[in-house]
Amino acid sequence: MAATAETRQQVEDMSGEYKYGFVTDVEMDMAPKGLSEEVVRFISAKKNEPEWLLEWRLKAYKSWLKMDEPDWAKVNYPKIDYNDMYFFAAPKSMDKPKSLDEVDPELLRTYEKLGSPLREQAVLAGVEGAPRVAVDAVFDSVSVATTFREELKKSGVIFMSFSEAVHEHPELIKKYLGSVVPQRDNYFAALNCAVFSDGTFVYIPKGVRCPMELSTYFRINAENTGQFERTLIIADEGAYVSYLEGCTAPMRDENQLHAAVVELIMLDDAEIKYSTVQNWYPGDKEGKGGIYNFVTKRALCKGKNSKVSWTQVETGSAVTWKYPSCILSGDNSVGEFYSVAVTNNYQQADTGTKMIHMGKNTRSRIISKGISAGKSQNTYRGLVKVLPGADNVRNYTQCDSLLVSSESGAHTVPYIEVKNPTAQIEHEATTSKISEDQLFYCRARGFGEEEAVAMIVNGFCRDVMQHLPMEFAVEAQKLLGISLEGSVG
Amino acid sequence: MLKINDLHVSVENTAILKGVNLEVKAGEVHAIMGLNGAGKSTLANTIAGRDDYTVTSGTVDFFGKNIFDLEPHERVGEGLFLGFQYPVEIPGVSNLNFLRTALNSIRKYRGQDDMSAADFMKLIRAKADQLGMAPDMLKRFVNVGFSGGEKKRNEMVQMAVLDPKFAILDETDSGLDIDALKTVAAGINAQRRDDTAILLITHYQRLLNYVQPDVVHVMIGGKIVKSGGKELAAELEEKGYAEVA
Repeated sequence: MAATAETRQQVEDMSGEYKYGFVTDVEMDMAPKGLSEEVVRFISAKKNEPEWLLEWRLKAYKSWLKMDEPDWAKVNYPKIDYNDMYFFAAPKSMDKPKSLDEVDPELLRTYEKLGSPLREQAVLAGVEGAPRVAVDAVFDSVSVATTFREELKKSGVIFMSFSEAVHEHPELIKKYLGSVVPQRDNYFAALNCAVFSDGTFVYIPKGVRCPMELSTYFRINAENTGQFERTLIIADEGAYVSYLEGCTAPMRDENQLHAAVVELIMLDDAEIKYSTVQNWYPGDKEGKGGIYNFVTKRALCKGKNSKVSWTQVETGSAVTWKYPSCILSGDNSVGEFYSVAVTNNYQQADTGTKMIHMGKNTRSRIISKGISAGKSQNTYRGLVKVLPGADNVRNYTQCDSLLVSSESGAHTVPYIEVKNPTAQIEHEATTSKISEDQLFYCRARGFGEEEAVAMIVNGFCRDVMQHLPMEFAVEAQKLLGISLEGSVG
Repeated sequence: MLKINDLHVSVENTAILKGVNLEVKAGEVHAIMGLNGAGKSTLANTIAGRDDYTVTSGTVDFFGKNIFDLEPHERVGEGLFLGFQYPVEIPGVSNLNFLRTALNSIRKYRGQDDMSAADFMKLIRAKADQLGMAPDMLKRFVNVGFSGGEKKRNEMVQMAVLDPKFAILDETDSGLDIDALKTVAAGINAQRRDDTAILLITHYQRLLNYVQPDVVHVMIGGKIVKSGGKELAAELEEKGYAEVA
């Protein structure tokens, strides 16, 4: 009977196995194990970098040596042995792919399993009405292939791997690299500056509205390699871009470190919309394995009337330490942060934002939804800071926490520092447990248990989800359901 | 359709149902009347499969299946519907999305394909119209900010769309003004067919002015103590439970 097979499938699905846990078999080109000046030089040489960038890396490495790993976040993990990991791994077969045809079919199959090329293929095939998304795929440390570059070029948009940009647009890199997140900003940012492998560079020229959504799929593949992405996006005066970042990592027993740095710069009247769906491997049901996601993301609204919005759906990683922030320096600039963070089993997330109001009439809005299931810990940590010269600042913050299990924890840690009396700051916070009444009501209408939880959680997250670009929102909704599998009870 | 045999149910170790016997056949409408605490809602929740209702003995046969072998949503898939006394609010989830997901879950259980969005819209608009629900209510979040009457009307629209074979309506009439009561009655009467059955749970006789039951049962102390025709409801209203039972 069909229903029986269906039920069996559901039971299998419900064991909550990570669906993206597979390993691609391609030869890797590795740096020697551990971190030293030699390794930094090795990475730089592998990438054929100019002297100034090597110097920049070495300076960061020296700073990093003198810094301490932060311990203020509400997360616990065993001490990381930086000498027991690889800091650079590039698949050997892909020295210089020129187009998708030249890319190792194994890699393309990896992306296919992730579902990324599905929409891309539709776009490539010219399917009518298919979303126009340009994809820059990052496989471990080297950017594999960039589609749509030619078309973007016509409008003057630069969208390429960071390594390429170093050679092709050194003046832009020199001007902006480290201008938002200084090398010594924090321990993990310094580490990234020293050993960053690759990433994405985007430049939108004056007055250009980027004709399509830009997207990067990240993926960690090799065993014991940290991934140190570097993303730099510049929106020149009056420019606009929407950028999507999605991540999945295959299953590994060892914890893997991911310490990315993302810098966004907006000049006068520019706008960047940055959306992330993060589903790195969260570890197994016993809390073994999983990614450490220690990321520094920051946007500088440098110009007047500029605007940035961060939207994130965080369902993966064993430990998350991430605070996408906005420095609202230009007058009348606007910063927005919309976040959904789901933790299950033994996951730990400490995430939030910083809104630094420097310019006059700057506004910010924070909507955070935390969902804790299993034995996980989920913390919102946020700072709203108003500097003395920033007149007429407005901020609205709303932090809602939903507990799905009784053994999980939800924490809200808001910091508010106001040094200008004209500021209007609002903060609302709620914590609630998923209600038995809601669950039973859904079940009495035909929903399976997991389906009921997913429906209620999606409703809870609606205020955030509606800020995601359409094609991302559908994936994100499914992802919420998948992440909470096995969480009921 | 539904056959309850000597059902005993406890909640938190307190016996609530103490040997309920009831058989409902296709085409019939039964009403269970009783005071607060008689066990009426416990019966409804037990049949629907709510947690914390422990069946200590007895059986419930639903279309030839032991109902306790089925998960709550499987019971719905088999054709059960429970209309709530207090319909629950689900913020952020639109009525449309909720009901479409519910309908497709049921269809999936029955091995049917999802109903297309266009067909679903046609269906729900027709049912909402029949029951006098404004189209914009469909886009609102499930029961959020609805008045008591609107919530009960929403229950009727859900029932009409899901088209159950067997519906239990747990005090769906309580707290309604006369117009809302008529809407609820219209919903129930529309669902009344030769191939369906309905179990009404109610305090008062007034709903029964609009929905004529085939059988009326009186429940006291966790048992059905008396059953009869629709005249029993009127008698209860007149003389009170103590005297009739």
